Amino acid sequence: MRNFVERHTFWAIVLLLVAVIFLWMIFAVWPDWLVDALGRKKTFVNTLLNGVTLGGLYFLVASGFTLIFGLMRNVNLAHGSMYLLGAYIGYEVADLTGNWFLGLAAAFISVAISGVLLQVLIFRRMANDDLRQTLVTIGISIIAADAMLAIWTGTTYQFSPPDWLFGAANLPIISVIKSSGAAVYIKYPVFRLVVLVIAVAVGISLWIFLNRTRIGMMIRAGVNDREMLAATGVNVQLVFVLVFAIGAGLAGFAGVIGGTALSVAPGEDIRYLLASLVVVIVGGLGSITGAAIGALIIGLAEQFGLAYFPTYGVVLTFLIMVVVLAVRPQGLMGGR
Amino acid sequence: MGKLKHLMAATLALSITVPAVSAADDIKMGALATLEGAFTVLGEDGMRGVKLALQEFDYMAGGKKIELITGSSDASPDSAVRAVRKLVEQDGVQLVIGPLSGSEGLAVKDYAKTQPNVTFLNGSSAAQDTTLRSPAENFFRFSTEGAQWMAGLGEYAYNEKGYRNVAVLAEDYSFPYTQVFGFLEPFCRLGGKSAIDSRFWVPIGNKDYSSVIAALPDDVDAIFVALGGADAVNFLTQYEQSGGDLPLIGGSITVDQSVLGSKGKARSFVVGTPSAGPVSDTWDDPRWKEFVAAYQKAFPDGFPSPSLFAHAYYINTKAALLALNEVNGDLSDGEKKFRAALSKLSFETPTGMVSVDERRNAVADIFLTEVIEGPDGNLLNKTIKVIPQVNQTLGVSYEKFLEYGQVGRENPSCS
Repeated sequence: MRNFVERHTFWAIVLLLVAVIFLWMIFAVWPDWLVDALGRKKTFVNTLLNGVTLGGLYFLVASGFTLIFGLMRNVNLAHGSMYLLGAYIGYEVADLTGNWFLGLAAAFISVAISGVLLQVLIFRRMANDDLRQTLVTIGISIIAADAMLAIWTGTTYQFSPPDWLFGAANLPIISVIKSSGAAVYIKYPVFRLVVLVIAVAVGISLWIFLNRTRIGMMIRAGVNDREMLAATGVNVQLVFVLVFAIGAGLAGFAGVIGGTALSVAPGEDIRYLLASLVVVIVGGLGSITGAAIGALIIGLAEQFGLAYFPTYGVVLTFLIMVVVLAVRPQGLMGGR
Repeated sequence: MGKLKHLMAATLALSITVPAVSAADDIKMGALATLEGAFTVLGEDGMRGVKLALQEFDYMAGGKKIELITGSSDASPDSAVRAVRKLVEQDGVQLVIGPLSGSEGLAVKDYAKTQPNVTFLNGSSAAQDTTLRSPAENFFRFSTEGAQWMAGLGEYAYNEKGYRNVAVLAEDYSFPYTQVFGFLEPFCRLGGKSAIDSRFWVPIGNKDYSSVIAALPDDVDAIFVALGGADAVNFLTQYEQSGGDLPLIGGSITVDQSVLGSKGKARSFVVGTPSAGPVSDTWDDPRWKEFVAAYQKAFPDGFPSPSLFAHAYYINTKAALLALNEVNGDLSDGEKKFRAALSKLSFETPTGMVSVDERRNAVADIFLTEVIEGPDGNLLNKTIKVIPQVNQTLGVSYEKFLEYGQVGRENPSCS
């Protein structure tokens, strides 16, 4: 940090200024000229929060995707199916037991197991053949989508989270001050804030796991050089299975979180697969930090697009992807 | 290995030719619905409608057996054309029932023009221009379209509910354009307002509405929502979650069974939402009740009451079967006799008499409804009024109607 300030004093000042303006825009009561230029403050702050929380959800899905790719060079195109499978299993368990948290745990564990099975039964047979693995994952995702459609039909499912997670909360941010002098506070759905907290918690745990534990060290070593890691006597296959389990489990976990914040329906698998792909392309394949930054950018772009120019908002996401590919093809945080 | 390959090739060849031979004298009917993507649940119910009509006729029409071949699309026009092309060019169907969604209908109509020897009957797609502007000779729509479905709703919102200024939230494609036009045209003619910048158009399959909800203006009396399937479920939940309190006005598929019947939290705050469409769950009419009973008996895992998709597919399939009976299954000579019979057809449906106009678009009864809570806690649409025999030009002449302009994001301008 200190280094950065010393080396790029100019940019540090610009960044600081932007941050101050941003904070002012969030907490101050907007003067009329700003309302004229940007619309109501409520829209701006809500959209900002939505973007950040949606980014949190995207991070949950994309972190597993990028983890698996980083170690195994396996673009797992069935990642979206794992998201959806987790959501459905979580729904069944939560519905049966009446406990939302049990559903969350069941989704993580069962999808992690399915990931282990995929790795042991299928991917191990075609190690070092990236193209074949990728094609197989496409096949699996198509079969899984139809199988899930057959079991759970096309109906839209929605979770019933505990009551204290549902509903809206008043944020300590003033939207407008009425003529009577009373302040109107901004309301925001509690669950979306929970999504953000969970995403941050998962992000930090992943970081600690990768950087502060022995297994994490092995995984990082594997990302850099698989053969060398194997040569030092580590059972690489076991590490692969572990990473696949965590990556898949995170997708299943995200399924319940996403299904509660939004909803579960056929087609979500493709949507989240596409979102994860865009996120990791922007952030850099294989980098957890990159996934976090990419998810934040894509989440914000999607929400600001929807709120300020809904008709063409979709383009924004892909525009960002195109720009990143043109300027920095390896992604913002991608190495090599 | 070589032998195995030959064997496989032979089996493959056999499996392709066999059904074609045995089916020489049957009539092949293709049915196309969205069995994937955001509108899956709607497509499934559409297929139930096709099967219900076929079961009623015992899969026989004009003395011939009907062979049903299904195709699936994902609500995008290109997927619909791909699926219908496969049905026509590979499976060799002689008539097609479908598609489901608005823009798919426009694409299939254009494809129909290239296949003059096949007759196309609409599924439930309800974009206006499928039949209004440059219609295809061989495309029939016995189900009504989106603007017709809104008949009476604009007047009801203005006169009875007293709304003067509404915001609009709808998906960004031809069907919601048609619905918004159908709602706003009478609403604005009476003096209602809906500013262009308080109309929000979101892409199909959008799941996160929180930012759109935040951007909705406060100074309107109500929001007209034209979303379908999973999109509508998402919006309604998120609107409730974010503490929204404006009353809603529903498009035809926003508060129908495919949305009200979804699994999860009850959306009781939509009680009282007015809407209009080609069906009404609780219509007190023996024809409708009989239809509902037949649907419930045939599909215990379907909705509590058939959605407008099952209804539209049912009516179009039934029209095809009735016309086939009339011509004794004669589909020779480019299906000319069959089409003439379809054009003249006027028949009793679960929702009243249906016939088609000179552009082969249906004239039928429309229902003005309001959401109520049913006896066992499920949400239903209560019939407020039946608007008899609504035609596509909404009562004015064809030439005058064309002057209103093509449906779109800014039609009517309402200022």
